[in-house]
Amino acid sequence: MNNRKNTEAERLTFWEKMYIPEIARGLGITLRQMFKPKDFVRQYPEQRWEPTGSFRGRPVLVEEDGGERCVACGLCARVCPALAIEVQAGETPREKERYPEKFEINMLRCIFCSYCEEVCPEEAIVMSKDYEIVYTSPQEAILGKDELLVPKAKLQDRLEFLRQYK
Amino acid sequence: MSDLTFTLIEFGIKAAIIINIVLVMASVEVYLERKISAWIQNRVGPNRVGPMGLLQPIADVVKLFMKEDLVPKAAFQGFHRLAPLLTLAVAIGVYAVIPYAHYVNIGERTVYWGIAPNINIGVLFILAMTSIGVYGITLAGWASNSKYSLLGGLRSAAQMISYELSMGLSLLGVILIAGTLSLNEIILFQRDGWYGLRWMVFLQPVGFLIFLVSSFAETNRTPFDLPEAEPELVGGYNTEYSGMKFGMFFLAEYANMATASAFLSLLYFGGWSLPFPEFWDSIGLIEGTWSRALLQFGSFFVKLMIFIVFFIWVRWTVPRFRYDQLMNLGWKVLLPLSIINLFVTASVIIFFGL
Ligand code: SF4
Ligand code: SF4
Repeated sequence: MNNRKNTEAERLTFWEKMYIPEIARGLGITLRQMFKPKDFVRQYPEQRWEPTGSFRGRPVLVEEDGGERCVACGLCARVCPALAIEVQAGETPREKERYPEKFEINMLRCIFCSYCEEVCPEEAIVMSKDYEIVYTSPQEAILGKDELLVPKAKLQDRLEFLRQYK
Repeated sequence: MSDLTFTLIEFGIKAAIIINIVLVMASVEVYLERKISAWIQNRVGPNRVGPMGLLQPIADVVKLFMKEDLVPKAAFQGFHRLAPLLTLAVAIGVYAVIPYAHYVNIGERTVYWGIAPNINIGVLFILAMTSIGVYGITLAGWASNSKYSLLGGLRSAAQMISYELSMGLSLLGVILIAGTLSLNEIILFQRDGWYGLRWMVFLQPVGFLIFLVSSFAETNRTPFDLPEAEPELVGGYNTEYSGMKFGMFFLAEYANMATASAFLSLLYFGGWSLPFPEFWDSIGLIEGTWSRALLQFGSFFVKLMIFIVFFIWVRWTVPRFRYDQLMNLGWKVLLPLSIINLFVTASVIIFFGL
C-alpha cells in the first residue's frame, strides 16, 4: 500500500490545486518584471562587448619582430581534438631555424578548446578576443597564415593571462 | 438614392473598414505580444524597425510574403491550400456580428456600428463560427500528411470539443439573465441599470471565469496551446506550412484572440456601453450623434485592448498544461461547474425573479 504523499500533485495544498490564486500570484510576478528597468541589455552592433583576457575567441598566431613565433613543431596539430590545424614546416635563416611554411586552421572544425594554446612550447598560438566569426563559404572558413598572424601588441591581455594562470 | 443602393454602399464600406480593422489589430497584437513578452523576460523587444520597433509587424509581413511557399509532395494539395483560407475566413467572418458602438443618425437613416449587430442569434453565430475554425486547423493537420501536424490537428479537435461545452453552458447563464441571443440587446441590458454598470461579470462571476478559461482553450493560446506545442510537435498543425499560408494561420490566431477579447467585453463588461448614460445625455452627447458613438467605440476598444493584453500576459506567465490535465480540467472541473452555475442562475431567476 502506498500511503505516502510522494508525487508533486499529492503534496499541493487545496488552494494550490484551485489554480486561480496561484495563477494570480504568477501574473503578479510577471507584472513586476515588466516594469523593471532593462538597462543591462546591450544594443549589440552599436555597443560591442570587450572580452577580458580569459576569453577564448578565434585562435591566432603571435607575430613578433615581423615573423611568427611558431617553430612548426606540429604539437598543436597533433593535440587538436577537432583536427582543425594543418602545419607544414620549412627552414628559415632566422635564429629559430624552423618556421611554418603553411599554417591553416579550419574554423568550421575548431571548437575553441584552447588545447593548441596550452600545448604550444613557444606560446606561438593563443586564443584571441575575436568573437565575430562569420563566413559565407566553407572555403573562406579555412584561415591561412595571412589571416592568422596577429601582432603581439594586440594579444597582450591574453599573454598576461597565460603567464598568470597557465 | 434608393434604399437598396444606400444599404449596399453602407455595408460595403462597413465590411471594408472592419476587415482592415481586423488586419491592423492583428499586427498591433503581434507587436504587443513581442514587446510584452520581451518586458516579462527582461528584454527590450523589437526596437530596430521604425521608432520603438513600431514597424516590426510590417517587416514581418513582408518577410512572410517573400518566403518560398513550400507544399510537401505527399500533402493533399487542394485541402492543404484550403485549410488556411478556411481558418482565416472564419476568423474574420465572426466580426460581422460584433457591435462596435450603438448607432449614428445620418440624415433620416440610422446606421448601426457593425455589419449585423442586431441579428437575433448573434451569440449563436459567434459560437458556430468559432467552432468551424477548428475544421481549418484539423484539415491543415490532416492534409499536411505529417505526424506532427496530424497530432496537432487532433489535439485541437479534442480540445475544442471539450471546452466548447463548458463555454456554451457558461454562456447560457448570461443568456438566461438577459433573455436574448442578440449581442446588442445583451449590451443594452447591461447598460440599463446600476448606472450603466450592470455588467454580467458582477451577475455571473463564476460563469465569467469558466468562459475566460474556455476562451483561452478556444483560441489555442497558452496554457492550452497544445495544438501547436513547439517543444513536442515542432509547430503542430502548421508544421508543413510556410510563407503566406503560415501567415494566414498566424493572422487567424491573432484575429481569434481579438474575437475572444471582444466577446468577453461584450458579454461580461458591457461592450460599447458607457457608464452613467444619463450624464452623457445631460451634456448633449445623446444617442445617435457621432461624438457619442465615438465615445462608445472608445469604451469598447479600451476593454478589448485590456483583454488582449491580458491574453498576452497570461501566455508569458503560465506554462503549458499536460494533455491529461487539460482534459481533466475541461471535463471534471469546468463542465460540472458550468452546469451548477446554470442551475443556480436558473433557480434564482425562477424563485426570486430578476
Ligand atoms: S603553433 Fe606552437 S605548437 Fe603549433 S606548430 Fe607552432 S610552435 Fe608548434
Ligand atoms: S582551439 Fe582546440 S579545436 Fe581549435 S584549433 Fe585549437 S586545439 Fe583545435
